[in-house]
Amino acid sequence: MINVLEIQAPTVEWMPLLPLLLVFGGAVVGVLFEAFAPRSTRYVLQTGLSILVLLGAGAAVLFQMADLEPQTIAMGLLSHDGPTLIFWSLLILFSLGGVALFAERGVGDGQSAFASSASAVPGSPLEREAVRLRREHTEVFPLLLFSLLGMMLFASANDLITLFVALEVMSLPLYLLSAMARRRRLLSQEAGLKYFLLGSLASGFFLYGIAMLYGYSGGLTLTDVAAAIDAGADNYWLLLLGLVLLAVGLLFKMGAVPFHSWVPDVYMGAPTPVTGFMAIATKTAAIAALMRVFYVGLGGASWDWQPLLAVIAIVSMILGAVVGLSQNDLKRLLAYSAITHAGFLLVGIVGAVEPGEGVTVSSVGAVAFYLLTYGVATLGAFGLLLTVRRSGGEANGIVAWRGLGKTNPVVAAVMTLFFLSFAGIPLTAGFVGKLAVFSSAFQGGFGWLVLVAVILSVVAAFFYLKIVVAMWFQDAEDDSDTVVVTPSLWTWTVVLVGVLATIVLGLLPGGMIELMNNFSEFIR
Amino acid sequence: MLLTVLALLPIVGALVVVLLKGEIAKLVGMGVALSTLVLGVVAVALTISGQALSVSVPWIRPIGAYYALDMTTMDAVLVLLTVILVPVVMLAEWRVGESVTARGTTGGFFSLALLMQGLALFVFLAGDLLLFYLAFEATLIPVYFLIGRYGGDGRSRAAMKFLLYSLAGGLVLLVGVVGLYAVAAGEGQASLLIGDLGALDLNNTTGHLLFLAVFFAFAVKAPLVGLHTWLPDTAQAATPGTSTLLVGILDKIGTFGIIKICLVIFPESMQWAAPVVLVWAVVSMIYGALMAFQSTNLLRLVSYTSISHFGFMVFGIFALTTQSLTGSIFYMLNHGFSTAALFLMVGFLVARRGSADIHAFGGVQRVAPVLAGFLLISGLSALSLPGMATFVSEFLVMAGSWQRYPVHTAVITLGMVLAAVYVLRMYKITMTGPVTEQVSTHVNRDLSLREKAAVFPLLVLLLVLGFVPKPALEFIDESSTGFLSVAGVQDPTPQLKEGGR
Repeated sequence: MINVLEIQAPTVEWMPLLPLLLVFGGAVVGVLFEAFAPRSTRYVLQTGLSILVLLGAGAAVLFQMADLEPQTIAMGLLSHDGPTLIFWSLLILFSLGGVALFAERGVGDGQSAFASSASAVPGSPLEREAVRLRREHTEVFPLLLFSLLGMMLFASANDLITLFVALEVMSLPLYLLSAMARRRRLLSQEAGLKYFLLGSLASGFFLYGIAMLYGYSGGLTLTDVAAAIDAGADNYWLLLLGLVLLAVGLLFKMGAVPFHSWVPDVYMGAPTPVTGFMAIATKTAAIAALMRVFYVGLGGASWDWQPLLAVIAIVSMILGAVVGLSQNDLKRLLAYSAITHAGFLLVGIVGAVEPGEGVTVSSVGAVAFYLLTYGVATLGAFGLLLTVRRSGGEANGIVAWRGLGKTNPVVAAVMTLFFLSFAGIPLTAGFVGKLAVFSSAFQGGFGWLVLVAVILSVVAAFFYLKIVVAMWFQDAEDDSDTVVVTPSLWTWTVVLVGVLATIVLGLLPGGMIELMNNFSEFIR
Repeated sequence: MLLTVLALLPIVGALVVVLLKGEIAKLVGMGVALSTLVLGVVAVALTISGQALSVSVPWIRPIGAYYALDMTTMDAVLVLLTVILVPVVMLAEWRVGESVTARGTTGGFFSLALLMQGLALFVFLAGDLLLFYLAFEATLIPVYFLIGRYGGDGRSRAAMKFLLYSLAGGLVLLVGVVGLYAVAAGEGQASLLIGDLGALDLNNTTGHLLFLAVFFAFAVKAPLVGLHTWLPDTAQAATPGTSTLLVGILDKIGTFGIIKICLVIFPESMQWAAPVVLVWAVVSMIYGALMAFQSTNLLRLVSYTSISHFGFMVFGIFALTTQSLTGSIFYMLNHGFSTAALFLMVGFLVARRGSADIHAFGGVQRVAPVLAGFLLISGLSALSLPGMATFVSEFLVMAGSWQRYPVHTAVITLGMVLAAVYVLRMYKITMTGPVTEQVSTHVNRDLSLREKAAVFPLLVLLLVLGFVPKPALEFIDESSTGFLSVAGVQDPTPQLKEGGR
């Protein structure tokens, strides 16, 4: 029998938790809006609420950055240190972009990219009725906030069980969102289901890995695991098994080969704003967790996981680049591009260069910078995908983009900028990102991996150029019905931020790299 | 400051020109190019008079990159080449946008040419390895569009091939840059200034490997045989003005980089690799000459002559004597003029006939004597006739390398003979003999005033530098002595008294 009086009240550090609480509170209020606010006001309420909450959380993170005391909070469940804040700020930034794309109603007859009634059978009378009434799902905004909450937890969890809970919190809303496209609903539902099934499988592996690590170390926090490795605990095979299984779960979320099979289908089926958000935010959260688990918890076993991640980096880069070459659909192509980028990011992770004497570019700083450059370009590119349309919705085939340089030079030029950044062409932010991850990998003793990565980035450049060629060097088909719709301010903002960030971070990246480098030390 | 303005002026000009339309765009573009020419000459004059124009400001602190520009003697030579060739090409391509195959306007062409010029100037002036690399890679973008939008048949493929080859070279260079950063950071002094990197001790395996990475990029750019296949395809598909800019200016970055980067940072590795590279360069030279001899496409032919000449330049650099290095640097300058003249003249010819097939011509000198004359002089400069500037530089290379590498030098002489054969064969087939019916219908006008004005200055420069090379050579000699002393290489003691200049 537990004596109630003997349970000590947990100490909770409210101020460090403020960003999480704001996001969580915003999401809950959003749900209440859905229940009580009149349908006609919900769009305004939800977008306003989401933006406010995100700005508030962002401001809170910035304040914490100014005055950071690294510590573990919430009874050792979460870490509140430099990397946590860096990844939180990235996640909040990307979510702002995500909300803006979710809120875009200017391109498809004044309606959002989401189904009018996601639960109705496609083509059924119920759906037609919902479309006629111009209903829309404004639940997408609280769903995004819930997902963000999971991601932020995921990026800061110091405890394996918390990590698992965070994984589920961030994934479940994404499964739903993926299935909610207005056009081509069957494809979207298939994507959602596929993501859900494979995601559950990966979660299973992840949980099993946690069990193994518990068996090895007898504890659940990363500190316990690290201590067990340092002490040279018996049953090393339990550690190895746990390490591999945990990696499966994390690499699945990252979309690295061989756990990538969901990526192209989900990217293609999901509504474009969701794809944009998911593409970058999920990846950021997964990488943040991956680095924390491997550097802090499993740092003592780095000889065992570095070769593993190096191999996965190489196969991800190869498969993404080579299969991407044969894609004719822009969303699929961006999906394979995401797989390639997962590989490049892993190159940065493998080196495991910790900040310290003589280290000017640490692994965490480099990877965070890369994510920033990749994120702004990704959100911008998906924003532009919304605007180029044909009668049946978005025109995602490469054929439809032919001759765009002549008919709409602005959109073509901006898209070209984003693709050059993806390809890592100098003077764009993408180049500096690659330079940073390569530098840290080289310093970590992986010069050969840098050489491989560099060669593969040429192959990857080829498939980005395919679109550039289509836009600038080819003429539109005679019967092409591609039109460029002028979107509302939402999308323009995202695109504009993407353009500015891509140029500025390409030309003057010094301060940003330095900043991220200063916040790259994990608390142990 | 002056150097920043010099390099930025064409880039800003490019942005302005792209916003303008029609004749005004062309005039503004030409105005910018001429202003750059004036500014470039002023900067070079100031350098000769001993003024230091360098700037150095920290740029990306964590990586140790600086915004550093300076102008040494060799830089000045290439800056001159760059500022002279761009207005010449603009004049020659004054109507490029009116051709049926062009996808852009003439203004667009000028804009891209200016953009390329500005970036090339940054390459030649950079005192920091990352800045050098950035500008080096960025030049690919304007050239890619120049080929892809203004070329003829197969341009899309050629543009892609060009880009992928250059990108492969460039990104391997990036490995070198990153590696040098890692070595420098490991020594506790993360700085990418070329001078600082030169102070690192790289006489070890890491150093040799990094050298190979850097050298590879330059061997693609100044194409050595095996890495050259992009060049003939590009020259065939691109408009002659583009080829001129590409071969005349951008490919010089290869030889320039070997001297400015490899020789300064990796002197030991240069000597370590010299035996192989020298043979490679000689093979390149002979191969280029033989391919030029059997080419039936005039544009391909000209590009093969350049491969041959680049082999010559690389040979002179790796021979590592003051004379041969001076010869190579001087060759960069006058090969730029010579190949520009040849490309543009062949371009005028091909534009009239509508075909680049060598057998589509015959007896042109009867219908267009001035054109034939200009082509002959350009051709003679390519075969290094005494009296032409190219002769002086080839002679210097051979004189300098003879003592160390007599066998190589003997084989190179064979290359010079082959040069005479391919140029004269080309002239004979196209210009002499009876006038064919096709030629008389298509080649119905001689060189226009504009075309003459474009090529004439090049031929004058070639002749002047050929007859009075001494001032230029003294200027360059200073530079090559400097490079060799930085590299710590001694000239072989002469067995005979030096002579022949």
